[in-house]
Amino acid sequence: MDDFEKNFQGKIDAEIKIEPKDWMPEKYRQTLIRQISQHAHSEIVGMLPEGNWITRAPSLKRKAILLAKVQDEAGHGLYLYAAAETLGTTREEMIDQLHSGQAKYSSIFNYPTLTWADIGAIGWLVDGAAIMNQVMLTRTSYGPYARAMVRICKEESFHQRQGFDILLTLSQGPDAQKNMCRDAINRWWWPSLMMFGPKDSDSTHSDQSMKWKIKRMGNDELRQKFVDMIAEQVKVLGMNLPDPDLKWNEEKNHYDFGEINWQEFWNVVKGNGPCNKQRLDARKKAWEQGAWVREAALAHANKVKLQTHKGTLEAA
Amino acid sequence: MLAVHQSRINYVLHLADNALIIGHRNSEWCGHGPVLEQDIAITNIALDLIGQARNFYQYAAELIGNNTTEDTLAYLRDEREFKNCLLAEQPNSDWAITILRQFFFSTYQYFFYQKLQYSNDVQLSAIAEKALKEVTYHLRWSSEWAIRLGDGTEDSHQRMIKAIDNLWMFTGELFLAVNYEKIGVNEGYGVDISLIKNDWMKKVTDAFEEATLALPPDDVWMQRGGKEGIHSEYLGHILAEMQYLQRAYPGAQW
Repeated sequence: MDDFEKNFQGKIDAEIKIEPKDWMPEKYRQTLIRQISQHAHSEIVGMLPEGNWITRAPSLKRKAILLAKVQDEAGHGLYLYAAAETLGTTREEMIDQLHSGQAKYSSIFNYPTLTWADIGAIGWLVDGAAIMNQVMLTRTSYGPYARAMVRICKEESFHQRQGFDILLTLSQGPDAQKNMCRDAINRWWWPSLMMFGPKDSDSTHSDQSMKWKIKRMGNDELRQKFVDMIAEQVKVLGMNLPDPDLKWNEEKNHYDFGEINWQEFWNVVKGNGPCNKQRLDARKKAWEQGAWVREAALAHANKVKLQTHKGTLEAA
Repeated sequence: MLAVHQSRINYVLHLADNALIIGHRNSEWCGHGPVLEQDIAITNIALDLIGQARNFYQYAAELIGNNTTEDTLAYLRDEREFKNCLLAEQPNSDWAITILRQFFFSTYQYFFYQKLQYSNDVQLSAIAEKALKEVTYHLRWSSEWAIRLGDGTEDSHQRMIKAIDNLWMFTGELFLAVNYEKIGVNEGYGVDISLIKNDWMKKVTDAFEEATLALPPDDVWMQRGGKEGIHSEYLGHILAEMQYLQRAYPGAQW
């Protein structure tokens, strides 16, 4: 370890945030770019499954809330792209990597939203799982990332509540709505658990990330916290989670839960989820069809600049 | 008396439907915009418009009574009962058409709400005052984009010409009063829309000039009918999608 690196690790150990102009190991920089851009892409791709229900939301109030929520996610994407840019990449580069398949996004968004209850389940379970991770990241060692997370967490807790509220309403409705609610919980539960990633024993990035305090908790610990929270909240809905092994363990003071289908997990990561192709195609289409708009905006801005310049010269 | 009351209801529903339908169209962009910042902007405008629609529907529901709510009005009326202008329901197609549709509509709303603020109906006046702040931003945003696209590249310029060709025929209806609007003017709660036509035209002419776009000739045929429930074929599809859950599960709470 050279002096630069010692100094760097010293700051991390002393809980001093690393800022964009500070020296940092190249691998720290690359890990953060990978992680923050993946996080940003998840926000943007995550707009699609929920966007699928904006035009079909069942009341004006729900429509307005859903629109605001999906718009928040676009905003989160913006903060995160901006945070990643402080590390020396550009939004265009990151978007290219998403489109080429080189960069990943959260696999959860490769599942379809089939009924209105799925919008509730996404808010409650998917945003709920995301918050676990994001609250931890408000204390991450890289300053711009930590600060982006503080803003994001404030909005996410509202998202989770609105999701739960959708399901609560359905759970108190007639059988058709109760079934819709149950079906959504059944379909989203296991994929939500998968959001925490592989077990720590199988995770390739975990050790170094913990040492650099990019991550501050392991995947297993976060997943357990989530299970403990949801296992209680589901009682309020009068519903069950689709796991016969789920039960309270007095000794451990935690819930035990069943084994995740890791074959499905890796399969979706590899691109074989029900909507991987659809989601990526939608993003590419939006980007390609928007190319002329971005070009026109640039051309106009250049013309204005030229005129202003000319005007300044003439005035002089 | 009854007919007068019904006119007021129709008038309010017309304003609500206008805002809801164009807001719904804009919301179709969410997640698919040409660049992230503009995805956020168009969604924001959609949100404002749906918010305006809700204010008008809630007021209409109050006037109608009988357990009517904003949602029964938005979700349980059929095509022929909707009173929005044809312009509002035209499809998004590309960004040029969406922008021009919004620019035409925001310009109209901008001058319309300025006058509606002085309505003798305190509810309408209050809604107009609040909405005007939002619409001022919509107008700035959409006019800047119209100029940017008109003046930008050869491709964007051609797309704007096509957008004008698609949408101009729906602008005449904005300023032609139907019966319930005429009654509204007589009763002092409605806006005389013939009086805002010149303001609208001036704003559009100025923006087109900056955008290097030509105004269509005076003799373009203007379509009409939306305000009286005679719509284009597009509206039925919007409603089929929008109303599906309320129709499929009658009486359910969401």
